[in-house]
Amino acid sequence: MAISDRHPQRRTLRARALAAGAAIALVAPLAACGSDEGGVPVLNLYQFPVENMQSVIDRCNQQAGGRYEIVYQVLPRSADDQRVQMVRRLAAKDDSMDILGMDVTWTQEFASANWIKEWTGDDRAEIENGTLPGPLASAEYEDKVYAAPNNTNVQLLWYRKDLVPTPPKTWDEMIQMSRQLQAEGKTYQVVTMGAQYEGLVVLFNSLVASAGGQVVSEDGKTAVMDEGAVRGLETLKTFATSGVTTPSFSNALEDDVRLAFQNGGGAFQLNWPFVWASMQGDAPDLARNVGWARYPGIDPNTPSVTTIGGSNIAVSSYSKHPDLAFEAAKCLRDRESQKYLAINAGQPPSIESIYNDADMAEAYPMKDTLLEELKNASPRPRTAAYQNLSTVVAAQLSPPSGIEPQKTAGELRKSIQAAIDSKGVLP
Amino acid sequence: MSISSTTPATSAAADAEERAIPKQRGRRRRVELSEGKKQERKLGWLLCAPAAIVMVAVTAYPILYSFWLSLQRYDLKFPDEREFVWFSNYVTVLTNGYWWTAFGVTMLITLVSVVVELVLGMGLAIIMHRTLVGRGLVRTSALIPYGIVTVVAAFSWRYAWTPGTGYLANLVSPEGAPLTERASALGIIILAEIWKTTPFMALLLMAGLALVPDDLLKAASMDGATWWQRFTKVMLPVMKPAILVALLFRTLDALRVFDNIYVLTNGANETSSVSMIAYNNLIKGLNLGIGSTMSVLIFLTVAIIAFIFVKLFGTAAPGSDEGRR
Repeated sequence: MAISDRHPQRRTLRARALAAGAAIALVAPLAACGSDEGGVPVLNLYQFPVENMQSVIDRCNQQAGGRYEIVYQVLPRSADDQRVQMVRRLAAKDDSMDILGMDVTWTQEFASANWIKEWTGDDRAEIENGTLPGPLASAEYEDKVYAAPNNTNVQLLWYRKDLVPTPPKTWDEMIQMSRQLQAEGKTYQVVTMGAQYEGLVVLFNSLVASAGGQVVSEDGKTAVMDEGAVRGLETLKTFATSGVTTPSFSNALEDDVRLAFQNGGGAFQLNWPFVWASMQGDAPDLARNVGWARYPGIDPNTPSVTTIGGSNIAVSSYSKHPDLAFEAAKCLRDRESQKYLAINAGQPPSIESIYNDADMAEAYPMKDTLLEELKNASPRPRTAAYQNLSTVVAAQLSPPSGIEPQKTAGELRKSIQAAIDSKGVLP
Repeated sequence: MSISSTTPATSAAADAEERAIPKQRGRRRRVELSEGKKQERKLGWLLCAPAAIVMVAVTAYPILYSFWLSLQRYDLKFPDEREFVWFSNYVTVLTNGYWWTAFGVTMLITLVSVVVELVLGMGLAIIMHRTLVGRGLVRTSALIPYGIVTVVAAFSWRYAWTPGTGYLANLVSPEGAPLTERASALGIIILAEIWKTTPFMALLLMAGLALVPDDLLKAASMDGATWWQRFTKVMLPVMKPAILVALLFRTLDALRVFDNIYVLTNGANETSSVSMIAYNNLIKGLNLGIGSTMSVLIFLTVAIIAFIFVKLFGTAAPGSDEGRR
């Protein structure tokens, strides 16, 4: 009884399973093809993680009205990992990459390797229109534009208004003020990034640019390291040995510096604007006494020149839909997208007019200083070998207290030239 | 495969040679071979030819290709400036301080970890061999470290040695960060290597222990040999081939150390091994010329070490069992 009962049941189950399996087998390939063959072309955006990025992508997809669909492929958090993943795919001519969101310093490298497409004609005119010159320069290689500036960034001088009545204009002045505070037994430290990594190269580049010096020639083919560069090294050495830094200076990364200042461990902080938002949340009492000013310069009569951060958007040379990719890239970095991310992801925009919008003042109370610096900012050495250059510079400048300006400059010139000539060995 | 005494590491070359050698040797030394024997040998070679050909195809091509790349200036960043530069990349690498530092670090890690592993592995092998109660449990638990993926183990070591998150960091020095200083970081890397591969060493040595006949040990102890004498005069000589295999495997393996360093320090504070520095130049630096030069140099180092092993330890070395015949 029981057996005869079960049999029909089992059969129906099996039949159902078969039917379902057949249905899946029939539908699955259709679904897989649907996106590429005949359907809406998919544009893969490879970019580092950005808060609320999906909203921007959704808006662009909607605007495209079914002509393309951007899919966000989120890269790892660390910059090194992002770059390694991108270059491995690009070196293998991966045609599933269409739009690349990348650090400003990779633009020249990718352009030189013929991995990204040049922006020409109307596309170029459109991204140049209203964009700040500094970020635009970071997207150029050999007088051609290879990427669209997306967000940008510069470091500011953050200081304690309760300790420092007027912010210093130069490094010498800042060191002097700090010593004065030290003598008075008050909080005196100047905190900034000095560990052996990109942050130290940014500091070095700002100092050299402020002194009117040059690290690499305009065409990115020759190591220069002129008088100005030596002066930058001198200032860095003076700063590192003046006793106004924290003991952990030569090990400090962005977040260590932010925390040290936020916890009352410094009178001056040189850091990116993200510290402001964090201070508001974590140390509101201290934040009330914190002011900002332009990054200190070297010469009292010449304003500082600071290093540009941020990211650019490029179109891969191996994209199957380059025209659509250019269009999508333009949407991803247009005025509306940039403004949305400026407010919702804390990324300062590269389009100048956004700074004048009324609703920017709340998120960026320091916007005037930011804009002032951005108008006169310096990209990092624009050479295809930047990654190698940065590695050797960081290695040779670490620890900064060990710098011997003339000698270090000579060594740097040699190793930078070797990096440009593909003869440099990376540690 | 018993004729050749070339190094196992140069197997690609050896395989090619092996097909040429038997005829010569056959003429020189085995003239008395009967017709049947000859046929048998021929069949032997025919049977192993497919395997040898596949080996050559998959190992020789990449080796030759990296050698070819190492003779060029070939930097993915400058595709237009690719040119043939002969041995200039070798000069660049061999006169570079970073390379020699990494080389020294690799040798140090190899030497220290292999010696310690041999001693510990021998102890572990004897324990595993002699255990009477719960033999399966003892052997299984001893092999656990070897079963854990290196990167996973390396991450847990890293967190353990990071102040704040780790339970080991403050054990050694109250306010230090051991992974940020060179000497202590190298110590931790070696420790992680030893922890990870001692079971492997023990496994190979245990196979050697099984070769020691019990009668021999009993006879020695009848003759009044102490435990130590039995160990050094009976067990070690019998185990010599197994020990050499274990040493050779581990030395070549340790020479390629990468995962632990990559996770623990990422090469900071001059803790890079040669594999790390080759990776940095090849993958991060996109410099195929310099990176391939380093790969070829690592390959040569491995070949030389394997050669020394075989020559130095003579007849008992793996791959040259002629002497025992």
